[in-house]
Amino acid sequence: MHEVNAILTIAYRDFSKFLRDRGRIIATFIFPFVFVGILGSSLQSNLGANAGYNFLTFIFIGVLGQTLFQSTASGVISLIEDRENDFSQEIFVSPISRYSIIVGKILGESLVALTQGIGVFLFGFVMGVHLTVFEFLRLAPFALIVCALGGAFGVFVLSNLKSQRAANQIFPFVIFPQFFLAGVFGPVKNLPPALLVLSRIAPMTYAVDLVRSVFYTGMAEYSKTVLFSTLIDLVVIGAMFLLFISIGTIAFVSNERNR
Amino acid sequence: MGKIIDVSRLVKKYNKANTNAVDDITFDVSEGEFFSFLGPNGAGKTTTISILTTTLSKTSGKVSLAGYDLDKNQKEVRKSIGIIFQNPSLDQNLTAEENVRFHAILYGIYPFAPTFGFMSKAYQKKVYELSEILGIQKDIFKPIKTFSGGMKRKLEIMRSLIHKPKILFLDEPTSGLDPLSRKNLWQYLNEVRKSEKTTIFLTTHYLEEAEGADHVFIINKGKIVSSGTPSKIKKELIKNYLLVDSKSKRKLISELKKLKLNFEEKENIMINLRGKNPQKVISSIKTPLNYLDIHNPTLEDAYLEIIENNNHA
Repeated sequence: MHEVNAILTIAYRDFSKFLRDRGRIIATFIFPFVFVGILGSSLQSNLGANAGYNFLTFIFIGVLGQTLFQSTASGVISLIEDRENDFSQEIFVSPISRYSIIVGKILGESLVALTQGIGVFLFGFVMGVHLTVFEFLRLAPFALIVCALGGAFGVFVLSNLKSQRAANQIFPFVIFPQFFLAGVFGPVKNLPPALLVLSRIAPMTYAVDLVRSVFYTGMAEYSKTVLFSTLIDLVVIGAMFLLFISIGTIAFVSNERNR
Repeated sequence: MGKIIDVSRLVKKYNKANTNAVDDITFDVSEGEFFSFLGPNGAGKTTTISILTTTLSKTSGKVSLAGYDLDKNQKEVRKSIGIIFQNPSLDQNLTAEENVRFHAILYGIYPFAPTFGFMSKAYQKKVYELSEILGIQKDIFKPIKTFSGGMKRKLEIMRSLIHKPKILFLDEPTSGLDPLSRKNLWQYLNEVRKSEKTTIFLTTHYLEEAEGADHVFIINKGKIVSSGTPSKIKKELIKNYLLVDSKSKRKLISELKKLKLNFEEKENIMINLRGKNPQKVISSIKTPLNYLDIHNPTLEDAYLEIIENNNHA
């Protein structure tokens, strides 16, 4: 019970920090505005007719998966910031499992990401992407899974970084290519061999595809918009999650102590 | 009284470093003692404290705290200790109360609740009590960004005492504080010592802070250079002597022998005073002197001397 309480309190700290950070909340809405509002609308107007499916909705669902994944990942990386502020010492000398620290961090940042996901939803609504309550509820549990993968990916990246400076420099390079490899803005069903390999390695691919596979289930556009079945996505995500979190946590904890 | 800290042949060599930051040190601390590590910056004080508080791995040696082996029982060790780090470890984005709550839940004292109002009555009472002691009843629910340096330090100490640690580690707790805040903090710490009977492990580079300790270890370049009670160290450290010289040095030496004074022949002649009145010693010497100097260091000078000598060695 002690560990559960510790996880909850670590998670709550991150969530309440987000709610108090006005700048971060505003930034949350800028990405969806640019991607869904500008990119999605323009692609829909120019290419939508030939694609055979609504581009705006396609990008909207993609951005939703990408936001949940990326936000949790970058949030978890803030553990480095804690380390530099010497706050992590307070957490690391407390009598709780190192895994609880990581799990608490992922949970907290998932809550942040889900809040941002709601922001994306609201923005989509304004843009004319109307989801039914049933569609919304059906996506919710999968949204959590996408957050968990993003969190584990964050731990993995974090364990290989030494400072916030390094994080700020490196994180865009591990995230931005994935936007395109994962097909957030455009279809990636057919790609040249090299890109195809990269696309199918990128964790974000499965995050985005999971959300799409659930959303498009039973729709005519399914075959054109979705790469893998929900089950395959879940299996790959499960495997990646375990790999990232175990390697990441072990490396992070040992880097903390073995200096 | 049993040993609450037992350190044997502790060595720490940082990755990519050529020398040992902590170089084969052995010491122990009895329960309830006020123990101090005194040394200049880079002496190995923080390294030692980091190892003892489980945040840094050691290279070799044996450490036990509160009866628990550091290698085998880290969790129990962590439960038994409280730490005030050199750099403040409060979360600037949280309120004072939230910082305290976060700590209390991490240490398993109270179950989690999202707001102060939902926390147990016992916790609420404790927070009101503590805020009264610190005189921050009004500010306890404000973000700590608005707190002064001294206030933050007190809050950290208060926070670290919530889980009733057997040993409280203080790593240069007053660095960066103005003299008045330092004085206030020490007053508060002494009260805490009296009421909680906590063992205190202090590192400092301020000599006067170490003077109140039961035992002092002077550490430099990772090695212990002197140890004992402050008064013993004072005696050991403070050597009062006269430096004299004369054109007829031989005559002076034979006179000093006759007077049965303890002296050493160096560049000049060094007469150890050993409690003797310097004026009396000088007036007893009849040989004309062409050089005279009295060496009467303060404890601070003596400490600096020992560190400097050690650096040149």
